[in-house]
Amino acid sequence: MANDIVKPENLVYTKTKVLTDNVMHYCPGCGHGTAHRIIAEVIDEMGIQDKTVGVSPVGCSVLAYNYFDVDFQEAAHGRAPAVATAIKRLNPDTFVFTYQGDGDLAAIGTAETIHAANRGENIVMVFINNGIYGMTGGQMAPTTLVGMKSATTPYGRRVDLNGYPLRITELLATLPGSYYVTRQSVHTPANVRKAKAAIRKAFEVQRDKKGLAFVEIVSSCNSGWKMTPVQANKWMEENMFPNYPLGDIKVDGKIAEGIDANRLVVSAPLTVKQ
Amino acid sequence: MAKELKLMKGNEAIARAMIASGTDGYFGYPITPQSEVMETLMAEKPWETTGMVVLQAESELASINMVYGGAATGKKVATSSSSPGISLMCEGLTYLAGAEIPCVVMNAMRGGPGLGTIQPAQSDYFQSTKGGGHGDYQLYVMAPASVQEMYDFVFDAWDIAFKYRNPVLILTDGAIGQCMEKCYTRDYVPRWTDEERKEKAPWGTWGKPANRERNIITSLELESSRQEVFNQKLQKKYAQMKEEDVRYEMLNCEDADYVFVAYGTSSRICMKSMQIAREKGLKVGLLRPITLYPFPTKQVAELAKRVKGMLCVEMSAGQMVEDVKLASNCQIPIEHYGRFGGIIPTPEEVLEAMEQKIIK
Amino acid sequence: MTEEIIIAGFGGQGVLSMGKILAYSGVMEDKEVLWMPSYGPEQRGGTANVTVIVSDERISSPIISKFDTAIVLNQQSLDKFESSVKPGGLLIYDPNGITHEPTRKDINIYKIPATEKAQEMGISKVFNMVVLGGFLKLKPIVGSEFIHKGLEKSLPERHHNLIPQNEQAIELGKGLIEPVQVL
Repeated sequence: MANDIVKPENLVYTKTKVLTDNVMHYCPGCGHGTAHRIIAEVIDEMGIQDKTVGVSPVGCSVLAYNYFDVDFQEAAHGRAPAVATAIKRLNPDTFVFTYQGDGDLAAIGTAETIHAANRGENIVMVFINNGIYGMTGGQMAPTTLVGMKSATTPYGRRVDLNGYPLRITELLATLPGSYYVTRQSVHTPANVRKAKAAIRKAFEVQRDKKGLAFVEIVSSCNSGWKMTPVQANKWMEENMFPNYPLGDIKVDGKIAEGIDANRLVVSAPLTVKQ
Repeated sequence: MAKELKLMKGNEAIARAMIASGTDGYFGYPITPQSEVMETLMAEKPWETTGMVVLQAESELASINMVYGGAATGKKVATSSSSPGISLMCEGLTYLAGAEIPCVVMNAMRGGPGLGTIQPAQSDYFQSTKGGGHGDYQLYVMAPASVQEMYDFVFDAWDIAFKYRNPVLILTDGAIGQCMEKCYTRDYVPRWTDEERKEKAPWGTWGKPANRERNIITSLELESSRQEVFNQKLQKKYAQMKEEDVRYEMLNCEDADYVFVAYGTSSRICMKSMQIAREKGLKVGLLRPITLYPFPTKQVAELAKRVKGMLCVEMSAGQMVEDVKLASNCQIPIEHYGRFGGIIPTPEEVLEAMEQKIIK
Repeated sequence: MTEEIIIAGFGGQGVLSMGKILAYSGVMEDKEVLWMPSYGPEQRGGTANVTVIVSDERISSPIISKFDTAIVLNQQSLDKFESSVKPGGLLIYDPNGITHEPTRKDINIYKIPATEKAQEMGISKVFNMVVLGGFLKLKPIVGSEFIHKGLEKSLPERHHNLIPQNEQAIELGKGLIEPVQVL
């Protein structure tokens, strides 16, 4: 019987106590669950559960507070960086993180994002970029690629109609207030490990009061993209990663090695593979 | 800091009262005619004395959401602005009310609509007392009529905000913000210690100790049956405000035949009109609502039983007059007199309006 | 006692601070006071004016259209406020730059050549105190010991060494004011 081997001494992995037992509402194949888990594990491993305050956005992760066993605030759409700014400034001993999607962080909340970064707020911002508004039914996001179909770009995004996609992570890296800026993904075990290391580093930057720590996680939205999870991951690798390259962009307050100026100044529109 | 008698501007009084009342944080954005609030705070550097945090935000959207974030940790957090900025903050205000977060917001009203003028007005009564943002929520709205009240109401506002877990709006205008009057300052109330915060704001999100459930601050409830129950709870709270915390002032109402109803700057003008009227032998009184929400409905109703008419004077096209008419059940003549767009009526023209519209 | 005053002139003439020192002196004497400036773009150069009310009773309207006293320091202000003086009230003006003299017959009119005298004596910075002295000579609504306290409260501490100079200017003004028309 399988139950015979379910014994403490055989335990190789267990869910962190920083995640609640609530069943997540995310679609199968979505990256949110994994992103939540690695954040929760970092909080657990750093022993800061009693000092952490999370801020959830409006978007698919609006209910993120149901899944983390830490104090949590739900912000108005786009305002999480302002909310987090005040939590941290009034409670300097806490660890504060925002968890936001592309519409929340890079469209309606752009001003709050840029100014929190530029002030060098000692907070962690986790940015889930799936190139689409998931919760409202797959409309165009600021990060939707040129040529990419969405509910409001049914024939594909066009520069003349919709303007250019925004690579906000690179933009934030150019600001003096950002200290650690990185782009990760959670679609393979190896990438999950790297992303978790990045989250850990981000919380350590906050612990050391160095300035803004920003972790973008490129994710798929197989429901919104109208693909199977496997297809969505493949599409993400082929289309999203060339435009949103993975890896550190700014480390220890300096642009990371191998990142040249062309990465920071987008000269050609970010486009789906032809 | 000890008690002192000082000459100061209304806006300065708000800032000094924030420091003295143990406010933990202020987040603001410059806008005329109330920029002296943040200027005074920045000059006073309270972070070096009381530990109060002061930050100039990138917009009113950011400042009201900073209030949300900071106040949701159970601290006393405030902001101030003027009409166009308050319009931007209305999103934040409904979230604050919906998440039941105590805070203090000051609006120094100026003439609108749109960018309007920077001169004083009272045309945000509807916005303040009947929404502004979406949903069935109420702010507790106080209308000071002097620099001393600007100062004192900040202290009172904290009591009310935490009594009800509700935002408090101090609704004033450029005239009271910009004028200087004498003001008795108070001894400093120390900022709450972490222990006091735990006791007064056990719902706050400052990090979950092992011995309590996590605190969640949100205005989201997707299950309609639960959202309805929550709305009923809010309504009960507003009903309690009406029972316990209505404030008003009556002058010369005992023998009055006619009564002015006015708040803030308008009430000061009506005081003068009343004095002139009394010199002329006219029995005129003044009812000054101090809380605009909850409105002194009972007091208006009682007055309506014994006076011959009321003139509601506002620096607007007629907003509070609707509440006066509702409260009085329109049993007596009730008229409105207003100037707007930044024009302040003179006591003489106000009295003339009373004579023409009500006394006849 | 209630004294309702308008003080008006060019920005930079010290109109607002004259009003503030008078108001603060009233506070020191435990009177009710109000200081209400014009504000906004109006105050960025051009004209400035301030209403000051000093009273033994609670002050009602901060906005008034008729004044017991108008102190006007340029032609524009004279043109604007001459008609706002209550019948029997007081108008004080500095003749410097005045081309049209006041014409009302039902008010008391005094002039004070403060600009000229202050320039002559090299004390242009306290020109406004010369004018205040002239007013206080005619209407001593606050005692001189309270004016001293008002100066202490109004001026930042680093300028307290200038208080004697301000008080001398007030005394100078008292001797400088002269009647034009007395009812």
